[in-house]
Amino acid sequence: MSRTLTGVAASPGLAAAPGVRWDAGEGVAVEPAPDIQTAARRVQDDLRRRATEAPTSEGRTVLEALSLFAGDPELLASAEAAARQGVSLPDAVRAASGHYAEQLRALGGYLAERAEDVLDVGARIVAALEGRHVAEIPNPGHPYVLVARDLAPADTALLDPTVVVALVTEQGGPTSHTAILARSLGLPAVVACAGARDAADGHALVVDGDLGEVHIDPPTAVVEALTARAERQRRRTTAVTGPGMTKDSVPVALLANVGGARDAAAAAESGAEGIGLFRTEFLFLGRTDEPSLDEQVEAYADVLAHFVGRRVVVRTLDGGSDKPLPFLELGAEENPALGVRGLRTETVRPGVLERQLTALSAAVVRTGCDAWVMAPMVSTTTEARWFASMVRGRGLPTAGVMIEVPAAALRAGDLLPEVDFASLGTNDLGQYTMAADRQCGDLGTLLDPWQPALLDLVAMTCAAGKAHGRPVGVCGEAAADPLLGAVLVGLGVSSLSMAAPALAAVRATLRDVDLATCAEAARLARSAPTAAEARNAASALLLGA
Amino acid sequence: MPSRTVTVASRVGLHARPAALFTQAAAATGVPVTIAKSGGAAVNAASILSVLGLGVGSGEEVVLSADGDGADAALDGLVALLSTDLDAVDEV
Repeated sequence: MSRTLTGVAASPGLAAAPGVRWDAGEGVAVEPAPDIQTAARRVQDDLRRRATEAPTSEGRTVLEALSLFAGDPELLASAEAAARQGVSLPDAVRAASGHYAEQLRALGGYLAERAEDVLDVGARIVAALEGRHVAEIPNPGHPYVLVARDLAPADTALLDPTVVVALVTEQGGPTSHTAILARSLGLPAVVACAGARDAADGHALVVDGDLGEVHIDPPTAVVEALTARAERQRRRTTAVTGPGMTKDSVPVALLANVGGARDAAAAAESGAEGIGLFRTEFLFLGRTDEPSLDEQVEAYADVLAHFVGRRVVVRTLDGGSDKPLPFLELGAEENPALGVRGLRTETVRPGVLERQLTALSAAVVRTGCDAWVMAPMVSTTTEARWFASMVRGRGLPTAGVMIEVPAAALRAGDLLPEVDFASLGTNDLGQYTMAADRQCGDLGTLLDPWQPALLDLVAMTCAAGKAHGRPVGVCGEAAADPLLGAVLVGLGVSSLSMAAPALAAVRATLRDVDLATCAEAARLARSAPTAAEARNAASALLLGA
Repeated sequence: MPSRTVTVASRVGLHARPAALFTQAAAATGVPVTIAKSGGAAVNAASILSVLGLGVGSGEEVVLSADGDGADAALDGLVALLSTDLDAVDEV
């Protein structure tokens, strides 16, 4: 009997193959390792052996890096120090790997992607201490759809993309490791798909990574219609070039998210019209002292130089919470996502922001770049006004705010007149709207960017932007989903910023729909009671257009 | 304590493969070596996680320091390594 499961679309595309269930954490029991060093050595040996068996050179590189992480002297020393203070061995390893993962995450770009790898290595050392041996990816001898609870970096490094043609996981959100990996390999993926392991194992599957659907034993007509649609999209994506615009020539700036000069160079080559989110944390990470003014000027100028004459939206230092910056000495917090982070760090460590703005101003003068400067984690009109006056006081003409706190979206009509532009950070706005931790794999469905409540807040912000003549953009993962991108444009967003590889598909989708259709798709999505119904209603209209 | 200042030649900076090669070489010297960005805190040069955490970009200067027997020879070897574009090595 045919049926369809709905999850969260994590990587676009379509693939058909039998489903194979895989239970990663449920490997065989082995003798528990007596201490951290022994456990780490066991993990390191295992990863080295897997590296020699990896089907792709990318996989081998990942596994070799993981084996180095497993033997890292500072990681192990830090875990052993915690253990000496009475922390249990597994908790000591988790704390140490968590610390290094956070440090890498705060650097952004390539290094942020390694954060998951460190956590994976930590989990493997914990498994060795607890006497579990981690199972390996199945190899049934034919192409298949891998169906799992969730996937860790060392698991996915063994994936052969010619054998595993799509990924379906029960956990994980659109920003999870599985999603990021699937996008980089070009594999369709659906995450947060409840019940997938039981329902899909051994059945014929069609995975629809555009709509977030998994069709189980579908009728031939459905397979043919889906295949035709996928082929049409593939041809369009490679054929459409140039600036972002709708079918009726309404411009939508397609911008890139970058975390440093290397990202900026890649973004400039990929045809980004500018930078919609320049994360400045990379320079501050792991520092016990604040970078000097000269060092900051150099680093900012290196990034700005790639986009002279184009828009670069710079986000001021976003420390605290998941991006601890040692020199700020903020200390531990019970609930860091709701703590002293983003713009709020300036209230406890005054002067850091002022110096950053001074350095930015000098970098702008040197490069002649059109820099727009915005603050993260703005909640009130008072904060927006204070930030804007500080930015303008440093000779930087364009000041803005991130809209990522529901309060800021609800009162956008008061905030926006104080600034020149706003950028919606849909990842954090989703987390705070749904009260769902972004790092929590069990809450993927709540973090679905199609949640109508999140779309409502986007709409309120855009309405305020229109009323006051202030452009509103989106710089969260939502912007990288071509169908959702069209809905955001329909809600009134004038720029979409994303990881550079996602630009082509968004550009092609927008070019096929006019603004009125985007607006109608947005209306349908907001009228829906659930995220899945919102996506279905909007997608049916947009894909039929 | 002997130290050397060197400019990182690798195009990607001290990330990925260059960082792995560097930390393995630092560990192989058998001498405790530290690495710091100019004006920054020194970290264990044999620790890949610490080295990645510095976020050293291409063309940036770093300071290597070591102490004890063989410190100078160890530093000279590592300086030579960082002065090479490690991305280009072994590329086929």
